[in-house]
Amino acid sequence: MNAPVAPARMNQIGAGQAGSGNALELRGITKMFGALAAISDVTLSVRPGERRAVLGSNGAGKTTLFNCITGDFLPTAGLIRFFGEDVTVFPPHERIRRGLRRTYQISSLFAGLSVIDNVYLACVGVSRNRFSLIRPRPDDALMHAANMLVDAVHLTAEKNRLVGELAYGQQRQLEIALALSGAPRFVLFDEPAAGLSPTERTDLIHILTALPNHIGYIIIEHDMDVALRVVESVTMMHNGRIFKEGRPEDIEDDPEVQELYLGGGHG
Amino acid sequence: MSVADNLQRLTGPYEQRSWLQRIPAAWWAVAVILLFMPVVANDFWLFQVMGWTFILGMIGLSLMFLAGYGGMVSLLQMTVAGVAGYMVAILGPSGANVSLGLAWWVVIPAAFLIAAIFATISGALAVRTDGIYTIMITLAIAAAFFYFTRQNYSIFNGYSGFNLVLPPKLFGVNWRDPMAFYYLSLACATLCYGAVVYISRSPFGLALQGVRDNPRRMAALGFNVTAHRVAAYALASIFASTGGILLVWQNAQIAPGTIGISAAIDVLVVAVVGGLRRPLGPFIGALIYVLLQVFSADILGLFGFSADRFKLIIGIGFLAIVLFSPDGVLALWDRWRARVDARKAAETRGAP
Repeated sequence: MNAPVAPARMNQIGAGQAGSGNALELRGITKMFGALAAISDVTLSVRPGERRAVLGSNGAGKTTLFNCITGDFLPTAGLIRFFGEDVTVFPPHERIRRGLRRTYQISSLFAGLSVIDNVYLACVGVSRNRFSLIRPRPDDALMHAANMLVDAVHLTAEKNRLVGELAYGQQRQLEIALALSGAPRFVLFDEPAAGLSPTERTDLIHILTALPNHIGYIIIEHDMDVALRVVESVTMMHNGRIFKEGRPEDIEDDPEVQELYLGGGHG
Repeated sequence: MSVADNLQRLTGPYEQRSWLQRIPAAWWAVAVILLFMPVVANDFWLFQVMGWTFILGMIGLSLMFLAGYGGMVSLLQMTVAGVAGYMVAILGPSGANVSLGLAWWVVIPAAFLIAAIFATISGALAVRTDGIYTIMITLAIAAAFFYFTRQNYSIFNGYSGFNLVLPPKLFGVNWRDPMAFYYLSLACATLCYGAVVYISRSPFGLALQGVRDNPRRMAALGFNVTAHRVAAYALASIFASTGGILLVWQNAQIAPGTIGISAAIDVLVVAVVGGLRRPLGPFIGALIYVLLQVFSADILGLFGFSADRFKLIIGIGFLAIVLFSPDGVLALWDRWRARVDARKAAETRGAP
C-alpha cells in the first residue's frame, strides 16, 4: 500500500522516557466472572521497550488480560504495576495519562467524525486541553501532532474523510494512530491484523517495526506470521493460565504448543 | 445522533472566507426580522410572546446541550433556572421582607454562581446513571426543590414567593419596558446560542459528543468521562440561569409554581418539539409552545373547550412529533429541503 515510514518521523511520536525496572508487571492476576475464572494467577513482566506476543486459542483469556491491564475490569485478585507504580485500582483514564495505550479487537472509532478529528480527540485526551472551550486554530500544536500521526499510519490521503466511509483495513490503521497519541510508553494491540489483506498485513508489520525503540508493546495475534515477526518474546496462554514463555523461534518449534494451538484447526 | 451532526468539520480545508461571509443568507433575514420587529409589533407581542420565547428557548437550550451533545436527558434545567431566579429575588430587592436587597452587581453573579453549584452537585448525582434513571433522578431533585420552596418561609418565602422583583435601572433604562426587555432577551438568547454553537466544536464540546457516542473508548483515550459529564451540567447551568433571571424580571415575581413539575416537563416538551440535535431547535420549540399557549384559547373556544385545555393541544402536538419526527420540527424542515433539492436536481438533469 505505502512505503515504510521514515524512522525519523516515527521517532517524533511520543517522548516518554523508559524508567528503571519493568514497564509492566502483573502479579497473580485473577479475574472471576461469577464462578468462572477468565484468567487465573497470571504473573508476567515486560521490560521497557520489550515487544511481546500473547498467543492462545479463543477463550484463553487474552482480551480479559488486556481489560485488566487497562482498567476496563478490576481484577478479582493480584497486582498491576506500570513503570513501578501500583495502578491496580486506577480508573482507565489515569492509566492512559501515564502512557498506557490500547487498540480494540473490534474497531471502536467515532464513525461520524473525520479521520483527523478522531486522532485529534485522542491527542486532546492525553493533553491538558481536555476541557478547553476554545476551538483549535489552524496552527494548533495538538492538531499538528494529529497530522503527524495520520501520516505515520499511512492515512494522509484519507485525512478529511469520515471514518465510517473508510475501508476496514484503513480503520484498523486508524486504531493504531489513536493508540500512539501523546507520549505512549506501552501499547496493547488486540488482534491488529484481524481481517486485513496480505498487503495490509505487510503494511502493519512496517508500522509496528518502525515504532521508536522505547515504546514496548504486547500484541494479541492469531496470525503467527505477523505475531512472530514483530516481537522478541512470546507468552502462551491456555484456559486463563500462562502455559509457556519463550523466544518466538522456541515457541514455534515447541511440540506442545503445536499440539495445542497450531495444530488445533485454527489455521 | 453522532458527532457528525457538526456538519462543519473541525479541520478540513481551511476556509478563506471570514466567519461573517460564511453566515447563510437565511440567517441574515432572520437577524433583520428580529432586529426590526419592534417597528411593527405591539407591546404584547414583544414582551409576552417574543420575550417568553427567548427565555424558554434558553432554558430549553441548556437541555439541548446536555441531551443532544452529552446524551443526558435532564429534567432539572427549569429548576436550575429557578434557583438563579430565586437568588435574584432573595438577594436583591423585592416586595417580600425576607429579601436582602443587595446591589445588582452582587446579586447577578451570585445567582449564576449558586445555580452553577446547584447544577454541578445535582449533575454529579445524575451522571452515574443512564437513560430512564437520569430522568428519574433529575425529576426527583426538581420535585424536592419545588416542595422545599413551597414549605420554607425563612428563605424562599413559601407558597407566596416573591413579588415586585424588578430589573435594575441600568443606564437609566427601564428594562421591563417591552421594547427594552425584547432587546435584552434577544441579546441574551443570541449570546447563549452562539456560545453553544462555538463550544460544540471546541475540544470540550467534541469530547462531550465522543462521551455520548462511546464512553468506554473515550476513557481509553485518557478522558475522565464522569468529570466531562459533570462539567457539562455546570456549563449548561449558565444558559438556564440566564433564562431564569430574565423570567423573574419578566414576571416581576417568582413562586413555587414557576418551577413546578409541569414547568420542568414543559422544558422537555419545548426542546423535543423543536429538535434536540441542534441549538436552534429549542427556540423553534419555544416559539411554537408560546404561540399555542397564547392563541389556543381562541382555537379551543371554537370547539367549545375551555382555554385551560391548551395543554391538550400541546400534548397532541408533542405526540405527533415524537411519532412522526423524533428529531423535532427542524428535522421536518430538513426533510422538506432535501426533497426540494432532489426535485431541483432531477429537473436540471432532465433538461437538455
